[in-house]
This record gives sequence, structure tokens and C-alpha cells, in this order.
Amino acid sequence: MATKTFAIGTHSEHEHFSGLTFPGVFAMVAHFYSKKYGIPLPELKKSMARVAVKNHANGAKNPLAHFRKEITMDTVFNSAMIADPLQLFDCCPFSDGGSAIVIADAAKFKKHVAKPVYVVGTGQGSAGAIFRQRDLTRMAAREASVKHAYKQAGIGPSDVDVCELHDCFTIAEIVASEMLGFFEFGQGAAAADRGDTSLKGKIPINPSGGLKAKGHPIGATGVAQAYEIVKQLRGECGERQVEGAKIGLIDTLGGDFSTVAHVIFRRDS
Amino acid sequence: MKEYPLTYTAFKEGLAQGRLLGLKCLDCGNIFTPPNATCTSCGSFKLEKIDLAPQGNIKTFTVIRVAPAGFPSPYIVGMVELADGPWVVGNVLGLDPNQAGPDLIGKKVSVGHKIFPRSETEGGQEGVTLTFTLTN
Repeated sequence: MATKTFAIGTHSEHEHFSGLTFPGVFAMVAHFYSKKYGIPLPELKKSMARVAVKNHANGAKNPLAHFRKEITMDTVFNSAMIADPLQLFDCCPFSDGGSAIVIADAAKFKKHVAKPVYVVGTGQGSAGAIFRQRDLTRMAAREASVKHAYKQAGIGPSDVDVCELHDCFTIAEIVASEMLGFFEFGQGAAAADRGDTSLKGKIPINPSGGLKAKGHPIGATGVAQAYEIVKQLRGECGERQVEGAKIGLIDTLGGDFSTVAHVIFRRDS
Repeated sequence: MKEYPLTYTAFKEGLAQGRLLGLKCLDCGNIFTPPNATCTSCGSFKLEKIDLAPQGNIKTFTVIRVAPAGFPSPYIVGMVELADGPWVVGNVLGLDPNQAGPDLIGKKVSVGHKIFPRSETEGGQEGVTLTFTLTN
């Protein structure tokens, strides 16, 4: 039912009758990435599995996560094939959940909040269907959106301490980590292998567990990312706390690679 | 208002007649299909209908194993770069989906189509998908 419903998210006239699904779109991203960067598919699948293992490990430390259990790479490789080369554990779940945040004028309300967190940069963008965008490892709208947010905040990718991004599929986290500027294009998979995106890595990604393990309550997901970053910047994340995080970025994707939004948060130093 | 040079209905009728139709932008030269009201590159309304060569090569693909209702799996969905430039989505036919591997990328295909009659679609409108058959 869910896949049937969300297949409506594809281009209704041109893509729908091919039977393309959301996992199918990101499966095509994985094949494209493997070919473009000359990374043999079995190697890329290992990098993708490491993303799932990392996000589950983070989710296990998050009392509000949908899945609070660690997995191994074998869990991924032994799971059902959904859309080659994506297996079940390369895919995020559909989750029930809600999220809410309170936004107020800093000038008026700063004195009423013990640990204020500020919105210092935003961006949003939209693009056409995937066949118009062509190179599925890049998304011009996302790259333009995050660039706008960085510029507004007066920072660059290397200033970000913690990031929640739209890991609807394991390969989605890898390509997003490149488009947000954390790694060179084609290096996101190797970065996942090195553990650069783990809690103690160079740029911790999805400390909440991400869509993969924290869960994907469609519609509530973006605000839930904001919640996690605010808690991280306040130092209230317990076992999954990114030490000393001052600046956080969220990245939310909608449609099949077609709409995107970014927000950069900062706390008082 | 000026009529669109190529509507989606006319695009589908073209396929039924064995023609792969597209649009060429008279301002920037961009060639694209399926049709759009404006140029997908520069936004111009100055478009003319053209025939596209029904050939291309596979840029990426997947084998859908968990499918929406009404689509018997497994089947292959591919993205193809047409000889005239546009990229399109459709089904790769003529090989066992279980034999489809990364070597499919780069393979040359000829482009056809498959019609879904009104009686078989949920919205009650006729649907169509492009089909790609390996030529080498």
C-alpha cells in the first residue's frame, strides 16, 4: 500500500507506467554512482551497508527512534532485495510520528530561554523530474539551496559540527554528504568506509539514527531533524551527543529528487 | 492562446503510430521529450515539434522487485539517453530481469512503447510507458 501510494510521487505521465518506485529511483542512483566513479558495485554496497550500520547504531542510542537495535553488514546483505541493488536494510521505514518546534523572535524571547538556538541560514530549491535532471549523483537544486544557506550563515561546510540529512536510502546519504560539501564528489562512499560520518568522525551525520533508524514519519521528518539538531546544540543528547557541537545543518528532500530545504542552526558560543 | 506544438496526448498518439516525438526550443536549441509547455532548459514558449530517432543507450537501471499494485515483478526500469539528447525513463525488455547486472549500463537500445488501456489504469486514463530493447 505504501509503495503504491508513494509511487504517485513520480512523474505521473512519463514515469508512472514504467512501474518506477522510490526505492527504484535511488537504486538507479546507486548504479549511476558505481558507474560514474568506477567503484565496483560490491564495494559500493559495502559502503552503503556501513551507512545503515552506523545509523542503526545511532538509533539504538535514541530513546525516540523507531528502530533501537544495532545491525551488522550481514543484516543488510541477508535482507530481501527491493530494487537492485537496494536491499530492505538499505531502505528507511515508513513511521508513525509527529514533531513540533517553537520559533520566536530572538530579540524578544532570548531572555526567556536558557539555551537558545538560532536559525542563521536557510535555503530551498526545486527541480524537475529525474529524467530532466540526468546525472542522478548531483542535484542542482540541493547544491544551490545549501549554498544559499551557507552564504546566509556566513559559514562553509567545514564549519558544520553536526548534520541531519535525508537518508531515505543508504545511497541517498552518500550522495547528500557530497552535495552538502562535506566530501568531494565521488568520495562520499570512501568517507562512510572511514567512519568520517560516525558520532566521533570528522562530520557526524544523522546522530538521531536518521530516517533509516530514527524513522521516517513523512511530513514530520524535517521538523524532527530540527529537533535533533536543537537538542545536539544544547548538549542534551546523552549517549549520541556530538561533543561541543555549535553549528548544525539539516537537509530534507521531497518528491523523487525534486524538492529540498536546508536550515542552519547555531548556538551561543 | 497559441496551441501547444505537442501535447502529451499527441505524444502518445505519435507513439501509437510508431513515431517518437519531441520538442526543439527555437531560442536555445534544447531538444526534449516527453513534452512540456515550455523549454525545460530556458523556459521559452518558442518550441517546434520534431521526430526523434528511436535509439539510445542505457545510463542507469534497476530491477523492481517490490512493485506497486498492478505491476507484476520483477521488471527492469531504465533511464536512457536518446541519440538526439533527451533522457527518458521506461522498461528494459527482452532479457531476464534476474540476469540484469551493471554491464547493462552503456548498452544500445531501440525505443518502443507499451499502452495501458483505460480499463487497466487506476485513474481511468490511458497510460503509456516507453520500452527499450537491446540492439547489441
